[in-house]
Amino acid sequence: MSMEIAIPQPVERENYLNKEYGALSWLLTTDHKRIALLYLVSITFFFFIGGFFALLIRLELLTPAGDLVQADTYNKLFTMHGMVMVFFFLIPSIPAVLGNFLVPMMIGAKDLAFPRINLLSWYLYIIGGALMLHCMLTGGVDTGWTFYTPFSTNFTNTKIVEAGIAIFIAGFSSILTGLNFVVTIHRMRAPGMTWSRLPLFIWAHYATSIIQLLGTPVIAITIVLVAAERALHLGIFDPKLGGDPLLFQHLFWFYSHPAVYIMILPSMGVVTEIIACFSRKRIFGYSFVAFSSIAIAVFGFLVWAHHMFVAGISVYSALVFSFLSYSVALPSAIKVFNWTATLYKGSIRYDAPMLYAFGFLGLFTIGGLTGLFLAALGIDVHVTDTYFVVAHFHYIMVGGAVMGYLGGMHFWWPKISGRLYPEGWARLAALIVFIGFNLTFFPQFILGYMGMPRRYYDYSHMPEFQVLHVLSTAGSTVLGVGYLLPMVYFLWSMRYGKPASDNPWNAAGLEWKTASPPPTFNFDEEPVVTWEAYNYEELDAPPHKQEVTVG
Amino acid sequence: MADSSTIMGLHQEEEHHPELLHHFAEAGQQRDAASLGMWVFLATEVMFFGGMFCAYLVYRHWYFGDFGAASKSIDATLGATNTAVLICSSLTVVLAVWAAQTARRALLIGMLVFTMLFGLAFLGIKSKEYYDKFEEHHVPGASFNFDHVPVPGHPGEYANPRHAEIFFSLYFVMTGLHALHMIIGLGIFTGLLVMAWKGRFTPEYHTPVEIGGLYWHFVDIVWIYLFPLLYLIDRHP
Repeated sequence: MSMEIAIPQPVERENYLNKEYGALSWLLTTDHKRIALLYLVSITFFFFIGGFFALLIRLELLTPAGDLVQADTYNKLFTMHGMVMVFFFLIPSIPAVLGNFLVPMMIGAKDLAFPRINLLSWYLYIIGGALMLHCMLTGGVDTGWTFYTPFSTNFTNTKIVEAGIAIFIAGFSSILTGLNFVVTIHRMRAPGMTWSRLPLFIWAHYATSIIQLLGTPVIAITIVLVAAERALHLGIFDPKLGGDPLLFQHLFWFYSHPAVYIMILPSMGVVTEIIACFSRKRIFGYSFVAFSSIAIAVFGFLVWAHHMFVAGISVYSALVFSFLSYSVALPSAIKVFNWTATLYKGSIRYDAPMLYAFGFLGLFTIGGLTGLFLAALGIDVHVTDTYFVVAHFHYIMVGGAVMGYLGGMHFWWPKISGRLYPEGWARLAALIVFIGFNLTFFPQFILGYMGMPRRYYDYSHMPEFQVLHVLSTAGSTVLGVGYLLPMVYFLWSMRYGKPASDNPWNAAGLEWKTASPPPTFNFDEEPVVTWEAYNYEELDAPPHKQEVTVG
Repeated sequence: MADSSTIMGLHQEEEHHPELLHHFAEAGQQRDAASLGMWVFLATEVMFFGGMFCAYLVYRHWYFGDFGAASKSIDATLGATNTAVLICSSLTVVLAVWAAQTARRALLIGMLVFTMLFGLAFLGIKSKEYYDKFEEHHVPGASFNFDHVPVPGHPGEYANPRHAEIFFSLYFVMTGLHALHMIIGLGIFTGLLVMAWKGRFTPEYHTPVEIGGLYWHFVDIVWIYLFPLLYLIDRHP
C-alpha cells in the first residue's frame, strides 16, 4: 500500500504483534497474548507507584526523628504502598501477565476459554486501578491495607469507601482470570496433553485459580460490609451494637492469607520451569510438585487465624491454627527439596532467568522458615507487629513472588517480544536485585527481633536502631536500581535486541514449539502431544540415540 | 479499521456452526466450557454469600433471643409468598430450557416472560417489606427503634435493641444483595428474551438459556436459605 519499501527486506512472519496496529486493535483485542501485554503495562505502572511509596517510607526511617513527613502522611504512605502492591501488582502479576500469555500456549489451545471475559477482567482491573488512583490523589486511606475495624468503620475520616470499591472491582478481575484458567485447563487441552503431562506452571496456576475463586469473594463481601457500615450506618462489626471486630479479622484473613499463595504459587510454577530448563533435567518428583501446589491451596485456607494470635482468640483455636500453619510448610518444603534434587547432577547454566530462580530458592526458604518462627505461638507474641513480620512477608512476597516474576519475564521475553534481552545486563540486574533485596530486608529481621515496631514513623526513643535502618534504606535504593534496569533493557531490546529464534533456550514446553512471537492463534496447526513434560534427556540426547529403529 | 469480526474474536470458518467461536474445536467443547464456567462462577457466589451467612450464624448464636424477637417482626406471610413466587419462577425456567431444547420458540418466549414477571413480582413484594420496615423504624441508623419488644419464650424480658440492629443490618445486606442478584438476573433474561425473539436458539445451540437458567436457580436457592434464617427462626404455634 502506501508504505512501500524500496529495499527488499526479509519478510517478517505475521504474528500477534504485527497483525494489526492502532490503539483500538489493542483496546478491543480478545487475544490472550495482547491482553497479557495490556496487563504488563498496567501492573508495571502500579509497581512503580507502590515502589515510590516504599521509597518515601524508607527515607522517613533514615533518621530516628519523624522529620520527612507528618505522622498522618506516613500512615497513608504505608497503607497505599500495601494496597497498591498487593491488589494492583502482586495478585495480578504472574497470573495476569505470564499466566495469560502462557496458559493457552502451554496446553496447546488457541486462546483462553472465554476471551471476552478475559478482556473484561482487564477493564475491571483498570476501573479499579483508576478509582484507587483517584482515592490516592484526593487523600488516600490510613488504616493499613488490612482495613481493621472499628478504626476503618467508625473513626478514620479517610477514603475507605472509595478504596473498598476499587479493591472490590479489582477483585472481580482476579476472580474472572481464575475462572478462565480453571475452565481452560479443564476443557481446552490439546490432544495428548493429559493432566500428568501438564507443565508444573499450569498446575501452579490451577491451584492459584482455586484460591482466587474461593477466597476473593469473601474479601469482596467483607469490604461491602465495611463500606455499608460507613455509608449506610449498618452495624455488623460495630462494637457499640455488640458487633465483633474479630469477625472482621476472621473474614479478612480468610482471603488475605490465601492471597499470599495467589502471589507465591505462580512464582513457584515459573521457577519450576526455569530450573528444569537450565539444569537440562526432568523435574524431580513431578507428581509431588504438582500435588504440593494443590495441597498449598487447600491448607492455605485453614491457617488464617495465625494473623490473630494476639487479637484475643481462644488459646485452643490458636493452638490448632499454629499446628495447621506448620503443616502448610510441608508442601512448600517438598517443592524446595524437589527443586534442589533437580539441580543435583544437572548441567546447570547460569543465565539470567536461572539467577532469579536461585535467588527465589534462597529468599523463599528464608521467608518460609521465618514464617515457622511466626507460626510458633511463643515467638509470635514476642515479634507481633514488629519489623520481623515485615521482613518475613517481604521475603515471601518480594524475594519469592517478584524474583519469580522477573525470572519468568526474562525466560519468556524472547517468546513474548521475539527479541533477546542483553544477557550481561540481565545478569548484572539479577545480582543487583539480590544484593539490594537482602540489604533492605535482612536488617529488618534484626530490627524486629530487637523490638522495632512496624508502622512507626518516629523511633527517636530508640536511636540505636538507626544503623540498621540506614542499611535498609540504602538497600532499598539499590533494589530500586535493580528493578529499573530490566524495564530499561526490555524496552531497549524491543527495538534493538537480536531477533530470537523459536526456542532460544532449547526448552521443552509446547510454547517453544511455535514461532517467536507466536501467531494470533498460537500454533499453525493444532499440536498433538506424544511426549512427557520436561523431556530434556530426549531433547539433549545425541541424534543417533534419539530413535532406535528395528530391522 | 480491521474487520470487526476478527476484533471480537469471532473468526469463523464456513463449515462451522455460526455460534461456534474460533478457539473451540467443536460445539460440544464450547458448551461444556460455558457450563463449567457458570458452575465455577456459582462456587464463587456461594463463598460471596457464605461470608454473610457466617456472620449471621455467629450473631444468632450469641444473641439468640434478640434475633428471635427481631425475626418475628418481619412479615412471614410476605416472605412465604415470595418463596412461592420464586419456586414458580424456577419451574418456568426449567420449562424455558426444555422449550429451547425441543425448538418450541413460542413456549420459550412465554416462559422467559413468565420468569421475568415472577422476578418482578418478587422485587415488588420485597420493596413492600422494606417500606414496612422503614415505617416501623427498623432500618439501622439514627432513627432505629426497637424498644420494649418482648423476647419470645421469655416473658417479661425485652430484646436488646442494639443486638436487634445487628439482625436488621444483616437482614438488609443479605436480602439487598439477593435482590441485586435478582435484578442482574432480570437483565440476563432480557438478553435471553431478545435472542429467543430473534430465533437464535436451536436444539443444537441453546447454551445461553441453560447457563442463564443455572444462574436463576442459584439465586432462588439463596432465597431458600435466607427465608427460614430471617423469617422463620422463631415461629412456633
